[in-house]
Amino acid sequence: MAKATITFEDINITVTVPAGTRVIEVSEKVGSAITYGCREGDCGTCLMKITDGWNNLSEPSVLEDKILRENMAGKHNRLACQAQLLTGHISVKPA
Amino acid sequence: MNRIVLESPDGVPVAVPLSERVHWVGAFDPHLRTFDIILKTANGTSYNAYVVRGSEGVAVIDTVKEGFADVFFARLESVADYAEIKVIVLNHLEPDHTGALPELMRRAPGAQLYISQKAQSMLKGLLKQENLHFTPVVTGDTVSLGDRSLQFLHTPYLHWPDTQCTYLPEEAMLFSGDVFGCHFCDDRLFNDRAGDFRFSFEYYYAHIMRPFKEYVLRALELIEPLPLKLIAPTHGPILRDRPDRYIQRYRQLSSPALHSEISPQQKTLLIFYISSYGNTRRMAEAIYQGALQVDDVRVSLYDLEGGEVAPFVDLIEEADGLILGTPTINGDAVKPIWDLLSSLTVVNLKNKLGGVFGSYGWTGEGVRLVEDRLRGLKLRVPIPGLRVKLIPTDDEILECKAFGLELAQELMGLREAKMINFADLA
Repeated sequence: MAKATITFEDINITVTVPAGTRVIEVSEKVGSAITYGCREGDCGTCLMKITDGWNNLSEPSVLEDKILRENMAGKHNRLACQAQLLTGHISVKPA
Repeated sequence: MNRIVLESPDGVPVAVPLSERVHWVGAFDPHLRTFDIILKTANGTSYNAYVVRGSEGVAVIDTVKEGFADVFFARLESVADYAEIKVIVLNHLEPDHTGALPELMRRAPGAQLYISQKAQSMLKGLLKQENLHFTPVVTGDTVSLGDRSLQFLHTPYLHWPDTQCTYLPEEAMLFSGDVFGCHFCDDRLFNDRAGDFRFSFEYYYAHIMRPFKEYVLRALELIEPLPLKLIAPTHGPILRDRPDRYIQRYRQLSSPALHSEISPQQKTLLIFYISSYGNTRRMAEAIYQGALQVDDVRVSLYDLEGGEVAPFVDLIEEADGLILGTPTINGDAVKPIWDLLSSLTVVNLKNKLGGVFGSYGWTGEGVRLVEDRLRGLKLRVPIPGLRVKLIPTDDEILECKAFGLELAQELMGLREAKMINFADLA
């Protein structure tokens, strides 16, 4: 099975996950400070900063893109409830 | 002293001048006692709205709560025709300021609505109308009314994401929305005439603005350089006598109360516990001993039974880490813990370190429930909570010390990087 690794910089924990796992499925279990509101890409609460490997994430959906724009998010910011880990290594921290 | 005229001789509400070109067109709600569930007021509140007249049109800044629309429209009509209204500004979209908006837009169809960028989705949620026409604005955007102009200041989270202030440079007036406001109803209207509203001003800040101190300080960077003769908030007295004092007070209230004795490289870790038979207390003491082993961590241990919530909230606001100890009774953490946790919404906890422990008799759900709550309050909880069945053994006391040590190391960034496999996560 294809794998990806994600490092949560705020707690210095790296997790190896099956490709396609969403960040939300991992971050709460390991105790990262990324926090969630609606959990379905509508509220923007779980905005996170991708510090490395942003090309290794799934592309933002139309919905996520809209919420990112409404929140005036930077180029390397994503919603943790939407972004899927596809390949390679990704580093994130709460926005 | 001249009385402020609020009504015409035949009892119709009229606008109150702040200057030749600026009028107050708000409403009083003297019998309100609870605002938004969370705030008390001993003498009601006011919903302040304003009209600015320029050589090329009129602007209405904010409206009032829906039930007070008639008074607002009567006051507005005393100084402007609807056809003259070119601009409507909403500094904040909460219903107590937007209640009269749909009717105002219907009566003044030639007006353009200006709101902050972040207000767009809220406006749709509030008005439930498609095809709304509005202009989103950011800091630096201006609207001309001819010989008067409005400048927008983006001041988010004071106290909603959408909030902004509007500055009228030709009169040195700031329409500040809820910032610098308070729930205080006084028909003498101005701060140099109204009764003593200092308590209300402080209370309003403590409950509405305090969670957003960081944003208050950012907003003050925009507001402080402005020449100001008057601040016109949406609640409470209009601040025309030494308005700078209120700005200074906001800066004071948003800065740490007492300078902490710790040096910049040190961090503070607070341990709060409550214990019925002394078991959770023994755990707390061991965790405290463990945390003490790490240099530059200033650890404090508090029994919740020995204090009141408010000063503990003050402590937590300025701490770097927070560890809570609770027994489990009837499948839940105990009430003093929840009382503390439910009082923390007035402070910013984002990214503080959190940890939970406790002794239990049957099933021990309390620790997990409090961990979830800490995450909900935006703390990071990187180390799973520690639970001990009934009386801790010597080995379990050692585990508690290790738990305290690990949390203190985590706080100082000394914990080694950890690799985990997804399948091993609980």
